[in-house]
Amino acid sequence: MATSMLPRHLSENGALVERHWQELNSRRRLYSWLGFAVLVLALSGSLWFANDSNAGKFFDRLPHFFDFVGDLAPRDGLEIFRAMFDLPSPYDDGSFKYNYPDGRLYLTESFYIPEYVHKMLETVNIAIFSTVIGTFFGFIFCFLAARNLMPNPWVRGFVRRLMEILRAFPEVVIAGFFLAILSLGPIPAIAAVSIHTVGALGKLFFEVVENADMKPDEGLRAAGGNWIERVWFGMVPQVLPNFASYFLLRLEINVRASTIIGAVGGGGIGELLRLSIGQGHQAKTLAIVILLFATIFAVDQFSAWLRRRLVGDQAFQLAQ
Amino acid sequence: MTSTTRLSALEMDAIALRHPHLLRGSSNKRLRTILISVGLVAYLIFSWWFFSIGHVLGNANWGIAGTYLADWVSYEVRPEIKIARDKTMTLDYQRNSPLGHNPNPAWVELDKETVTRIVELPAATAQTAKPKTSSSSFSFMAPGAALGTASTATEQNRVETRTEEIITRAVITYDRSTKIEIAAGLVKATHRGETLTMAVDGQDTVTPQGALPAWATQKRPGEKITLAFGATGWADVEGDDVSIRNRFFGWANFLFDTNSPFFGKSYGDVLSLITSGERIDPARSNLSLAWNNILFNAEWQHLDVWTKLMQTVVMAFVGTLFASLVAFPLCFLAARNITPNFLTNQIVKRFFDFLRSVDMFIWALFFTRAFGPGPLAGMSAIFFTDTGTLGKLYSEALENIDDKQREGVKSVGATPLAVQRFGVLPQVLPVFASQALYFWESNTRSATIIGAVGAGGIGLKLWEAMRTNSDWENVAYMVLLILLVVFIFDSISNACRSRLIGQKTH
Repeated sequence: MATSMLPRHLSENGALVERHWQELNSRRRLYSWLGFAVLVLALSGSLWFANDSNAGKFFDRLPHFFDFVGDLAPRDGLEIFRAMFDLPSPYDDGSFKYNYPDGRLYLTESFYIPEYVHKMLETVNIAIFSTVIGTFFGFIFCFLAARNLMPNPWVRGFVRRLMEILRAFPEVVIAGFFLAILSLGPIPAIAAVSIHTVGALGKLFFEVVENADMKPDEGLRAAGGNWIERVWFGMVPQVLPNFASYFLLRLEINVRASTIIGAVGGGGIGELLRLSIGQGHQAKTLAIVILLFATIFAVDQFSAWLRRRLVGDQAFQLAQ
Repeated sequence: MTSTTRLSALEMDAIALRHPHLLRGSSNKRLRTILISVGLVAYLIFSWWFFSIGHVLGNANWGIAGTYLADWVSYEVRPEIKIARDKTMTLDYQRNSPLGHNPNPAWVELDKETVTRIVELPAATAQTAKPKTSSSSFSFMAPGAALGTASTATEQNRVETRTEEIITRAVITYDRSTKIEIAAGLVKATHRGETLTMAVDGQDTVTPQGALPAWATQKRPGEKITLAFGATGWADVEGDDVSIRNRFFGWANFLFDTNSPFFGKSYGDVLSLITSGERIDPARSNLSLAWNNILFNAEWQHLDVWTKLMQTVVMAFVGTLFASLVAFPLCFLAARNITPNFLTNQIVKRFFDFLRSVDMFIWALFFTRAFGPGPLAGMSAIFFTDTGTLGKLYSEALENIDDKQREGVKSVGATPLAVQRFGVLPQVLPVFASQALYFWESNTRSATIIGAVGAGGIGLKLWEAMRTNSDWENVAYMVLLILLVVFIFDSISNACRSRLIGQKTH
């Protein structure tokens, strides 16, 4: 086939090259089509499987898709505002649905923190606290896992495997395990999020360390510095901005993670959201969603701004 | 050269004196370090108080943590020996014992006698005593023994005549150095060379004879004595009851549950049954029966676990694929160097922010409402969130491209579409694909957790297994499967990424 398409004026060598090129080209096209076909097959198989094992079928449920929006409409717009700030509702009939002022946390006689703001702060604090813990251990581990600072492949391999396991271990399980030992509360969430953070940050950190400039380290080694001195004076100053940037990135992710963990029993706003959606409390649900949205948006924007200041545009590498 | 730069201590001091600012560092910087450290310590103290960590950790039940952890890789068999007032005994196994029906393990040695006796019962307890009798004889464990109770219940007379088999002596061997011997109202426990003898009265009092060794505890005189034998198990000795907890390493009945005809057979027996044995169920071959028994193993629920895991994988795959397909055209609108229209850029970028900031968790809850629990909800949640995240990353990648290629293609008079195709796409496509792969892998992890709120997949199953606090071995099994899947995807995605980018990513 390829030969028939060859222009006549090519020399013998030219024709050979041309034919070879066309062969390569057709093979490449074949691979592309094969890959595409596998992808389409996998996708349609997956979709069928997902639809088949779902409680409601996609096409049956689609007409009812926006039904829940009706469930979410509060009696009037101000209700959302009242639910958010724990103001008494005019519809109060003694039920949980309208008991907004009940959750107030009084700091003084008259000054109170609304329940949802309090729980939101708790969730954010879980995220910050676990990010701090995770950063601390990730910081220690990363120097042991970096090729340029830890020549011993056994230590390096062990630390890396350890971080991989910490990273891949399902957070739900850690939270559930601590929930079984400790009472309900934020500590299972802290444990789950921090353990995951150690693994995730440790990996990002050691990649930074491996890309660092080794000249300061050489200088310190020449002057007889020991390992800790080499790390502390040669490595830490140059990687610190990147570490700080990753810390902030992780903080963004952890705010979300601690919300979800909260929903499965770790306290904080996540649990309240799951409960209020489940019980059909429209105003409360919307108040929490708005609060959560605003918080996550604010944390994201703040961290993006700070990271840009710390390390410039390089701050926007992917990481999770 | 080195000789010229060698300085004496005096010269060094002189230099240090002349340039103090070089050596001391700015006071501003030092102050900042101190401030940050103080702030950090203050924050940690605040959090300690805020989460009342000390209080919670102090009240935690750490003893049970060890048991739960041990449950991950081991199981307990729990025979219970009831001691009557006349010091005779009956033995009972837990319901759903991993040893199956009528177990007769080698580590329990029993001396039995068959007696006929007349038991006088108070009228009030006669009603309750009767089912108890029948239940204990029902689960008697002697093979081939006459299990029937020829009991003629005469409740009106408050007298029963029972012919039953009773145990006069029981020896439970935990391991070589640990065993418990019960006979004639005396419980003799031996552990690591120390022996403790306890007298039980068949009612409610236990009296240790001699001092308690370190492995035995009794809170108040007469109350139950707990014997802790470490990893091999423990036992509770009460006045009328000795509860044995013998722990074995491994996962019990992983392939066949106790109701399966293949239960308790060795691998060789099972293999020969499958290959050449008589049909157990005439309707189908032994192979299909065995496979069916494995899939529907009541304890491990293999089929259900695998289906749920598959759902998790599918959720991550479809969600990420759709997200990257939708984010791909949109990111061209969001990048300010491709679409030089400020309004369009901002609208699309804020749309991405919106999708991202309404968290995956909230999307999951909403879609669970809309589609019902199942992978469709999780898939849609991942799709919505990641459209935002990938869109943001893609548009940032586009904004950082090299403009020269575009200029080149544009300068030969290409149409706008061709400029994108040949001037932009070759630069960013590897990055796009690599980021999509990265998210595929990380979403496999996220899908587990949103599953726990009802969005399908293995998350909910994990959560349910943990709630009961007794199925930790199932949790371990699922965790192992999840880790396996995550590592496989990790390597696939890393291999694809390093081929795409043309360098090793880690």
